[in-house]
Amino acid sequence: MKEGLKRLDLIFKNEHDCEVILEKSLERSNDELIEDLISSGLKGRGGAGFPTGLKWKLSAEAEGKEKYVICNADEGEPGTFKDREILSSVPHKVLTGMAICGRIIGSQKGFIYLRGEYKFLIPELQKVIDGFHELLDKLDLNFRVEIFVGAGAYICGEETALFESMEGHRGEPRNKPPFPTDAGYRNGPTVINNVETLAHTYSILKYGPEKFKDLGVKDSRGSKVFSVSGDTPIPGIYELEFGMTLQKFVDDFGDGDAKAVQVGGAAGFCVPRKKFDKTVIGYKGKLTGTSLPTGGSMMIFNSSRSMYNVLHNYLDFFVEESCGQCTPCRVGTQQLLLGIEAVKRGDKSSQYLEELLELAETMRVTAKCGLGQSVANSFSSIVENFREEMIY
Amino acid sequence: MPHSVDYIKRLADKHGRGLESLLPILENVYLDRHIISEDAMVEIARELDVSAAKVFGTATFYSFLETEKCGKYVIRVCKTITCMMHGKNQIIKEIEELLKIKLGETTPDGLFTLKETNCLGHCHKGPAMLINDTPYTELTPEKVREIINQYRVTAQKSAS
Repeated sequence: MKEGLKRLDLIFKNEHDCEVILEKSLERSNDELIEDLISSGLKGRGGAGFPTGLKWKLSAEAEGKEKYVICNADEGEPGTFKDREILSSVPHKVLTGMAICGRIIGSQKGFIYLRGEYKFLIPELQKVIDGFHELLDKLDLNFRVEIFVGAGAYICGEETALFESMEGHRGEPRNKPPFPTDAGYRNGPTVINNVETLAHTYSILKYGPEKFKDLGVKDSRGSKVFSVSGDTPIPGIYELEFGMTLQKFVDDFGDGDAKAVQVGGAAGFCVPRKKFDKTVIGYKGKLTGTSLPTGGSMMIFNSSRSMYNVLHNYLDFFVEESCGQCTPCRVGTQQLLLGIEAVKRGDKSSQYLEELLELAETMRVTAKCGLGQSVANSFSSIVENFREEMIY
Repeated sequence: MPHSVDYIKRLADKHGRGLESLLPILENVYLDRHIISEDAMVEIARELDVSAAKVFGTATFYSFLETEKCGKYVIRVCKTITCMMHGKNQIIKEIEELLKIKLGETTPDGLFTLKETNCLGHCHKGPAMLINDTPYTELTPEKVREIINQYRVTAQKSAS
């Protein structure tokens, strides 16, 4: 793999200078820090890609007695496991980002919402948090971080469902607006960032925005941690640059027989082999070909896999994880699953797939939150690209 | 059940009586008793001064908060895509044969419950499973036999 993709070592770099970074950053004004973050081009690494600097700025400007900083560690997207690795190997970077965010927006309270599946991380993580609190006391920064443990609900990775869950309710997403920056947890202005996003802020605070901006391409700056799984000889976690084509990715990570790559998990898109060289990994922007944003989940399927089984597995997942609050998602996910089963059995003609595609698109525009809206991503991209496999 | 009343009261003292404490309390109950019973939910509602329906609604939403009696060790095998591709069905079959129960059931001795779950976040090391909070990855039928045996031995030791 001599001429393969450049591997980066920014996030997982073994460096422990929280104290120096905090001291240095606390001497600077909030405006300066926000300016750095905005010019770095950092966007949310959970997959949605909202500019992080802007998020912090909006929360800083919002009125509210109690403000909160929340680290979203409810990593539930199938094929994603990078946040677990970040929290177990460089948690101090995440905490540093949270503390600086707290200073900027005027919050004394931070939470790490940890998915129930990752409870085994707590003992080590709590130790790091306790040590970090001592450091904050030494620096005279009034900020505390608490772990809140989820209980097995994919939907709680959706930020407003996460707030509901922390407040003791069912994890049902809220209407937006108001956005979390204005009214989040307990209706206070809240910055909620993905684990990886917060870890990146550490690097930006340490090395300055330029170094971060030098990586990646237009509109998609910096490095990205990818979770690679499926039919690959080297599954694992890799830090790569944005802007690569899927072809290059498959050349490096595939087993030589890749027929499709699912970018962004069950809620993401399935790209068939013929579109590998036209697909670029990055946020929306002027790139050649289609650009796909991603929370970092890359699942590779080789030609031995049935794409019907893949889609069936995804739909089964969505049926279970739909919170059931809005009809398009609750009923839509079930009907899509029953629909492809009926076509496969031959109870419905292949034309029925068109109706199902229409249903998926309807869900995209009518579902209340990202879960229901994004079912169409995988559904349409798999059905359209692997139509024969759905029927025969 | 006076015992239950005192117990829930102690939990509320520990975690707080705001709604923010509901999930931590429910989790604590489950951890102690391997079930969140209706009695417990009614008691929690009284203690937090909310309706029992509210507590029931929250408790039944989350798949890790069980409202039916589970074994001491709950085995959750990941069924999501990459674990499926790497043979989770074989793993489940192996456990079913070992424990002589079907998916969703609990062994008569109350030691193990077998369930499937959605993505555990170990996709690069599938098939994966959780036993209570502990993850096990890159499972093979042999490995599973060993793991289950260890749990049996531990349980026997703590019983005697």
